[in-house]
Amino acid sequence: MPAAGVVLAVALGGRNAQRTALVAMPVGLCLALAVAADIWQTRTPLTYHVGGWLPPLGIALRADGLSAIMTVTTAVVICAIGLFARQGFTVPAGTADARAPTVFWTLLMGVWAGLNAVWFGGDLFTLYVALELLTFGAVPLVSLDGRAETLAAALRYLLFALLGSVLYLLGAALFYGAYGTLDIALLSAAVRAEPAVWVAVALMTVGLIAKTALFPLHLWLPPAHAGAPAAASALLSALVVKGSFVLIVRIWFDAIPNLLNHAAAQTLGALGAMAIVFGSVLALRQARLKLMIAYSTIAQIGYLFFLFPLASTPAAVATGTAETWAGIAWTGGVLQLVSHAVAKAAMFMAAGLIAEALGHDRIAGLAGIGRALPKTVFAFGLAGMSLMGLPPSGGFVAKAMLLVAAVAENQWWWAIVILAGGLLAAGYVFRVLTPALTAADKPLTLQTEVSNGRQGVVLALAICALLLGLVPLRPSLLLEVGRHVPSVALAQ
Amino acid sequence: MSGATLYGLCSAALVGLGLFGAIVHPQPLRKLLAFNLLGGGVFLQFGVIARRGAAAGMGGDPVPQAMVITGIVVAFSATALAVALLLRLYEVSGSATLSTETPMSSDGKGGGR
Repeated sequence: MPAAGVVLAVALGGRNAQRTALVAMPVGLCLALAVAADIWQTRTPLTYHVGGWLPPLGIALRADGLSAIMTVTTAVVICAIGLFARQGFTVPAGTADARAPTVFWTLLMGVWAGLNAVWFGGDLFTLYVALELLTFGAVPLVSLDGRAETLAAALRYLLFALLGSVLYLLGAALFYGAYGTLDIALLSAAVRAEPAVWVAVALMTVGLIAKTALFPLHLWLPPAHAGAPAAASALLSALVVKGSFVLIVRIWFDAIPNLLNHAAAQTLGALGAMAIVFGSVLALRQARLKLMIAYSTIAQIGYLFFLFPLASTPAAVATGTAETWAGIAWTGGVLQLVSHAVAKAAMFMAAGLIAEALGHDRIAGLAGIGRALPKTVFAFGLAGMSLMGLPPSGGFVAKAMLLVAAVAENQWWWAIVILAGGLLAAGYVFRVLTPALTAADKPLTLQTEVSNGRQGVVLALAICALLLGLVPLRPSLLLEVGRHVPSVALAQ
Repeated sequence: MSGATLYGLCSAALVGLGLFGAIVHPQPLRKLLAFNLLGGGVFLQFGVIARRGAAAGMGGDPVPQAMVITGIVVAFSATALAVALLLRLYEVSGSATLSTETPMSSDGKGGGR
């Protein structure tokens, strides 16, 4: 586990410029892989007590299967984003320094450090600090180009995020007041169903939902993600919103595993379902490519919240085979987390390349781009496959697992939404691909030359999303590491 | 009514006021002030918890106090960031309001490039 600490240190240390960042990325990737390999081999979660202090006074960092997978995903996506952004954010030759590149690389590392802290944080207050680090890294990324619209989008994002984190902090205060500890493992042993816990959890969940941009609190996301530069929107959409989602999962499944009751799980699932329908329909109506992708993020986030009703439910207990189906839903949900991260990053970067080449990103004006940038459009299509859930993509396996679990647990209403969401996703992806693959009326003049290397990075990431489809359709052993919790939850 | 209870009620009132302000006021600056009010309520709550959990002859439990300091630093830097964004927005666009146009309008305002 010290390795995880080093991941943090490396990510934090890479402060100054592109060069440091480019050195830090492969090192961080190797360390992430090392942590994951260690967990895979030993099949036990790693724990590291910072400074040797034991909880409840000290701070524990924990790495279980979920954090291992998320760390590796983060490292892979960030490396791809870094390679992609090398061209857009270089300090121009001849000048010593330029504002945008320095800020971008620093924030990229800051966001990475924040994400790693979120994946590994073992107590609610560390997680709060990690969340704030993430927010402060992400908000300036939105307004990197300094136009009025992006500044307004960043401000709106910041206000939502601040409200979210202060509600989370209030919830943490109530937890501390009730039990005298914020360590997740200690809390899970101590919590009882009582008013203070319900209030605390409700406050924290609402706060985190605002940060995750789940349906009723999603208004900040589209302008923020669509206005940011392509590399930054890939980062925000693929990873940053996942940070606060994982926190919700940690609270419900790890901190208060015995209290996830039917009503709460169904409510979260229903919000997810509304997000899928609402986000997809709005994505279908967008005239701009990046806004469309941003709304599709809202829809895909909705799928993640099916984890709550499906991965731990009283209904699953009733059918007897509860543990298997809950395990399948759990794997499906996490796979959706990973495959959406990879696919959405590829999609945003492809859109960025298209916009750069054409000088605009109106969907109606895409004709002929398939001929001009074949690799990019191919990558967009592959990423789109994952979003729709066509085999053999990661999105297919994820959605199939959720679907199977929903049917097996007699919760068919989620199955309908999953299928409808897939159809709607197909609608908005083909709305882009159809004009992109038709021939242009007049020869297309590209504004800038797009290098093969950048197209290659995007394509590689999209192929990663496809390869995730080779993950076997069963509960993953890696994810079970440190996760005795669902079985405990089901036993009650 | 003990002091801790009184302060607890005060913090609840502050949180309520702050939340109300942050939701109701359209101007970003007022939202920001409301956020600070809300934050103040939360920090006071930590203070109450510290007082209530006092043990071993100390005046208060030190852990929540450590958390409050972190929280205050975070809230301070968040406020600074928000004010900086607001000022820059005012410089660039000449008004410091968040446009009320719904982000779902598809005319592409604020869209990508």
